Amino acid sequence: MMRAFLTPRFAGMLALAVIIALLPALLQNNFQYDIAIRVAFNATVVIGLNLLIGYTGQISLGHAGFLGLGAYFSAITVTNFGWPPLVALIVAALIVGTLAFVVARPILRLKGHYLAMATLGLGIIIAIILNQESWLTGGPDGMSVAPFSIGGYELYTQKQWYWVAGAILLFATWLSLNIIDSPVGRALRAVHGSEVAAEVVGVDTTRFKVLVFVISAVFASVVGSLHAHYVMFLSPIDAGFFHSVELVIMVVLGGMASTFGAIVGAAILTSLPQVLTFLEDYEHMIFGLIMMLVMIFLPKGIVPSLQGLLKREAK
Amino acid sequence: MSLLEVRNLSKEFGGVHAIDDLSFTINPGTIHSIIGPNGAGKTTLFNLVTGVYTPTSGEVLFQDEPVTGKKPYQLAARGMSRTFQNLQICMNMSALDNVMVGRHLHLNSRLLPSLFRLPFIVRRDKEAREMCTDLMAMVGLESYRDWEADSMPYGALKRLEIARALASEPKLLLLDEPAAGLNDTESRELDAVIKKVAASGITVVLVEHDMKMVMEISDHILVLDYGRKLAEGTPAEVRKNPDVIAAYLGNVA
Repeated sequence: MMRAFLTPRFAGMLALAVIIALLPALLQNNFQYDIAIRVAFNATVVIGLNLLIGYTGQISLGHAGFLGLGAYFSAITVTNFGWPPLVALIVAALIVGTLAFVVARPILRLKGHYLAMATLGLGIIIAIILNQESWLTGGPDGMSVAPFSIGGYELYTQKQWYWVAGAILLFATWLSLNIIDSPVGRALRAVHGSEVAAEVVGVDTTRFKVLVFVISAVFASVVGSLHAHYVMFLSPIDAGFFHSVELVIMVVLGGMASTFGAIVGAAILTSLPQVLTFLEDYEHMIFGLIMMLVMIFLPKGIVPSLQGLLKREAK
Repeated sequence: MSLLEVRNLSKEFGGVHAIDDLSFTINPGTIHSIIGPNGAGKTTLFNLVTGVYTPTSGEVLFQDEPVTGKKPYQLAARGMSRTFQNLQICMNMSALDNVMVGRHLHLNSRLLPSLFRLPFIVRRDKEAREMCTDLMAMVGLESYRDWEADSMPYGALKRLEIARALASEPKLLLLDEPAAGLNDTESRELDAVIKKVAASGITVVLVEHDMKMVMEISDHILVLDYGRKLAEGTPAEVRKNPDVIAAYLGNVA
């Protein structure tokens, strides 16, 4: 019985829960709470994206588009039409999931650079639409968003949002760990390892690529909705190309095919620019240097590389 | 009833007839070898039968049903599995997980049970893990169970492919040069494994260059040359066939 509790998956979940529970003791002001919330939101998106990129080996440079769609759908329906935010969030996730399902089949026939180009195009199209349809979205000026409320209770303060974001992150981590350690997860990893080998033992590789694309899009959409209500302001930049690239960097930096790596990658890439602001003009230079050094010395990403080092030490 | 029947099968690659109007049948419960000089079309034939390639013309019947043009995963569901000449191992996974992928068709791969880790997923994964451990022992890989695939030696990976194919419980197992790159001792061990597989009721089709192995274990041999059938029969018949001798040793006359 004890052994079941000492598995890496349980130990990891426990460590994450403890960190989320104890972190507020270290957070001194709303600014630091804000960073923690953004880390949790980004980490949740990146966990989903890591299932697609890290585990299944399919690139996407358009996931900020799905995030933006979820965010704008919630913003518009709640702010302009008075939908309950939770309903808007769920409907947004269903719509984004359906869109991802429809585009996935043609897009995921492509491989490598071509897949990158196609997803890039998809993200850009979404950003352009959000930019152009200003009667609905406010265009480049952005739009303000009503706060998140549920049963008359409004989520308003940073502290409240911190617990929501932390719970969502913990839930997403649990789902991701579940998927990976299951027949579905093995099929996803097999698609990455050898598509033809997966096919000849009965894995319908197309189905699993589509499935993981939809899952990752839904993760992004849900976070997009929450993010819109949290910041209470949206602009098309949130759905843009640079945000997509940022998400991919978080996956690679933290470590491909590692759920906890995704969290570490999101935490570093989200908080480091804030930590480095004291360097003023040199901020971006040092930031770039740190990223380069990490990728040179920990080429598999932070978490898998460190795990590898620990294993070698143990032997 | 034949397990596999190939009728007038042809495959062209830009004017090259890799397989040219080939017909043969394979009966259940036998070890069937396909031999021939390099470039005779043996691997192409495997790729056609298992759905990796689509034939230019002709038909493939599996258990008397036409399966031409079916995808590999659909053929796997009907009971066809294979290994590859150039290894197809998932190097991002452990040895055991590679074999576990072979259980795919026998496990529930719907999203929601996996997503919420329902108790039966855990239980059936555990059963599959035990079965796959036994299969690894059967092919002589028990000591590699928890290794990462990318740190295993070549010979072990060849046998890992066989274990993965067996995990899908095929009726027909196609082995593409399983002995290539193995030394003599390893080849003899492989003989024993293949005989054990055949004895368990699985029909084995083998592409192989190791003549000692082919003559030793085959019930039936098909000789290919330039994509055509050169000869067919028992090992003794094939060995005596003048066309086969000419193709392999050159025409002395």
